[in-house]
Amino acid sequence: MPTTMIFVPGNNPAMVQNAGILGADSIIFDLEDAVSPDEKDAARILVRNALRSVDYGSCERTVRINSVDHPKWKEDIAEIAKGNPDSIVLPKAQRMETVEMVQGALEEAEDGQRSIGIIPLIETAEGVERVFEILCCSPRIKTVIFGAEDYTADIGAKRTKEGSEILYARCRILNAAVAAGVEAIDTPFTDVNDMEGLKEDVKVAKSLGFRGKALISPRHCKIAMEIFAPSGEEIEYALKVIKTINQAEKEGKGVVALDGKMIDAPIVARARKVLKLAGMEGGNHE
Amino acid sequence: MNKVAASLRKAIELSELKDGMTISFHHHLRNGDYVVNMVLDEISKMGIRDINVAASSLFPVHESLIQNIKDGVIIGLDVNYMSGPLARAVSHGILDKPVTFRSHGGRPRAIHEGSLKIDVAFIAAPSSDAMGNINGVEGPSACGSLGYAIPDALCAKKVIAVTDYLVPYPNSPISIDQTLVDWVVKVDSIGDPSGIVSGTTRVTKDPIGHIIAGYAAEVIQASGLLKEGISFQTGAGGASLATAFHLKEKMIAKGIKGSFGMGGITGFFVDMLEEGLVEKLIDVQCFDLDAVKSIKNNPDHVEVSGSFYANPGVKGCAVDNLDVVVLGATEIDTQFNVNVLTDSNGIIMGGSGGHSDTAAGAKLTIIVANLLRSRLPIVLDKVITKVTPGDTVDVLVTERGVAVNPQRKELMDSLKDAKLPVMDIEELKAAAEKIAGKPREISFTDQVVGIVEYRDGSIIDKIYKPTGSER
Repeated sequence: MPTTMIFVPGNNPAMVQNAGILGADSIIFDLEDAVSPDEKDAARILVRNALRSVDYGSCERTVRINSVDHPKWKEDIAEIAKGNPDSIVLPKAQRMETVEMVQGALEEAEDGQRSIGIIPLIETAEGVERVFEILCCSPRIKTVIFGAEDYTADIGAKRTKEGSEILYARCRILNAAVAAGVEAIDTPFTDVNDMEGLKEDVKVAKSLGFRGKALISPRHCKIAMEIFAPSGEEIEYALKVIKTINQAEKEGKGVVALDGKMIDAPIVARARKVLKLAGMEGGNHE
Repeated sequence: MNKVAASLRKAIELSELKDGMTISFHHHLRNGDYVVNMVLDEISKMGIRDINVAASSLFPVHESLIQNIKDGVIIGLDVNYMSGPLARAVSHGILDKPVTFRSHGGRPRAIHEGSLKIDVAFIAAPSSDAMGNINGVEGPSACGSLGYAIPDALCAKKVIAVTDYLVPYPNSPISIDQTLVDWVVKVDSIGDPSGIVSGTTRVTKDPIGHIIAGYAAEVIQASGLLKEGISFQTGAGGASLATAFHLKEKMIAKGIKGSFGMGGITGFFVDMLEEGLVEKLIDVQCFDLDAVKSIKNNPDHVEVSGSFYANPGVKGCAVDNLDVVVLGATEIDTQFNVNVLTDSNGIIMGGSGGHSDTAAGAKLTIIVANLLRSRLPIVLDKVITKVTPGDTVDVLVTERGVAVNPQRKELMDSLKDAKLPVMDIEELKAAAEKIAGKPREISFTDQVVGIVEYRDGSIIDKIYKPTGSER
């Protein structure tokens, strides 16, 4: 359940080595757009070896492979699977069949010990229209990312900082994600120097319901984290939820209410997540 | 009266420079300097030999001194910093006599106390009148402050100003005045402006540099020194200047105004002065055009001498008024000793400059450095060359953690309370070695190529010629 996912160019050894200390919850080692065609092999090998040997601490480790219309996407999967990442990020995911193809390639490449997740990157008009079926087609999918740059190019809209041209796609992806039980991560903010613009963009993403943000600059991590961090009110409510549920368990009650509202499993899960984000792990604080 | 000599040769003749004497230069023209090469070329042609060159710093542009050494014109060097082909040649043992490496404060101490005796000082003068009233802010080779030249002008037996910009008498402002200057020489050009100062010094975009700088600014805050009237110095490069950037953000957020910023001054510090975030700048050297412009026009941007800056032998120098200094390191060891003089192969590539002076003076000395430089861990059991002693260093800040000198127990507790990633320096060393492995030790011959003199005059280390570095 990452809040911040940072893209790291897969062909930059210094960045690959230091990816775990940039401040993001999750690393996306990029083999696709950040890597020029003649460096694809080098990046694939570098990232595979880094996954095998570098300690990334508590960071989730994911790899954006090349899209399935690239001749070497299967090689990406075969090599990267040897490094056992948590997930691969699948660019230009626009149909169930694409995901199923990738799932098949993963099954072939995996050692059978552990299943590698798939994170669809929705960045085409077709992908947006089919997002719900895409998210439902594999149990490997726990997270989805929206990619607005390719999407706006696809629909022929000009990308703006306030983002009215992507509102439909954001809402559609978000709604599908919630319906499919998947966490939705918003598109990166691409102006690395505009911190005020970043703040506004992250606030919009949070207000729409996104659980986190993809990032292209390490300098964006802290601001995104701070905005996504739970507010005092959210923490207080979460503590109340956990206290109520603990009390109910002690008393052997099946159904409980808080402030006249029934507390069900998703509310408890949400409360635990809020406390985790607030650094109050476990949620057993009185 | 008029002190203008007909030529450089004439001025050298008038100075009665002889075999075995010591001549001096300042380094304000940095890698754009023409004067050192020009003077030694003339001395060589005049047949003078066995000269000791006391230059506050020497740069890649001074490569031709290698030939002067081979020809017997130069037999000794005395510097605070040296980089480029000459520095490598010294490492390879080109001189029989070890080079003396001093600090920016140690050099004026040695000059004033007489342990570094200068027979003739050649002062590159961006502007001068015929009587030798000199400043660094006018002319085609303007470099700003002339701080490091002032002790030479005060103490050398003879002083020759070399200028490419002769102005009508009296010149103003005056940094070095006519009471100290014997002759003035007009030449076509004293330097290449593009090598003297950079256009604008920009804060790094390197994300790791910013992570380090972010921690360093947090360290300053947690130390309790981030309050009204704070004084500080940072280097001009990488994570060091980025720390000033993060510190500035904190000062704005808290509404704090500093008393002074010091050092080699960059446009970033000039902006802080102009934005009212510091009251004054104390400037011994300008690093970019913005700094040159500011020192010329802003009375709160103050030119000071090398002695005023850092000389431990005077009745108070400015480093002792520093709250915080942020410095870099080539290597640091588990005793917090710092090397900024030799590279990881033991080859000379720098020098203390003001490193050991500011570390000794400041209340809080922070070293910022990447824990891994390319594939090399920077924390070692023992630095190759000790330049700044560990007992003057308080904190090492890296991208993977912050180590506090165990002598600073209180500071360590404050940093832990502030939730900074405080680690034992041994842990940092182990973390680096886990990634990059343990570097093989460099082996050295018995030949001493340099002596590192600490600011107080004591010998803190010796530099040996690395094995297999014959040339």
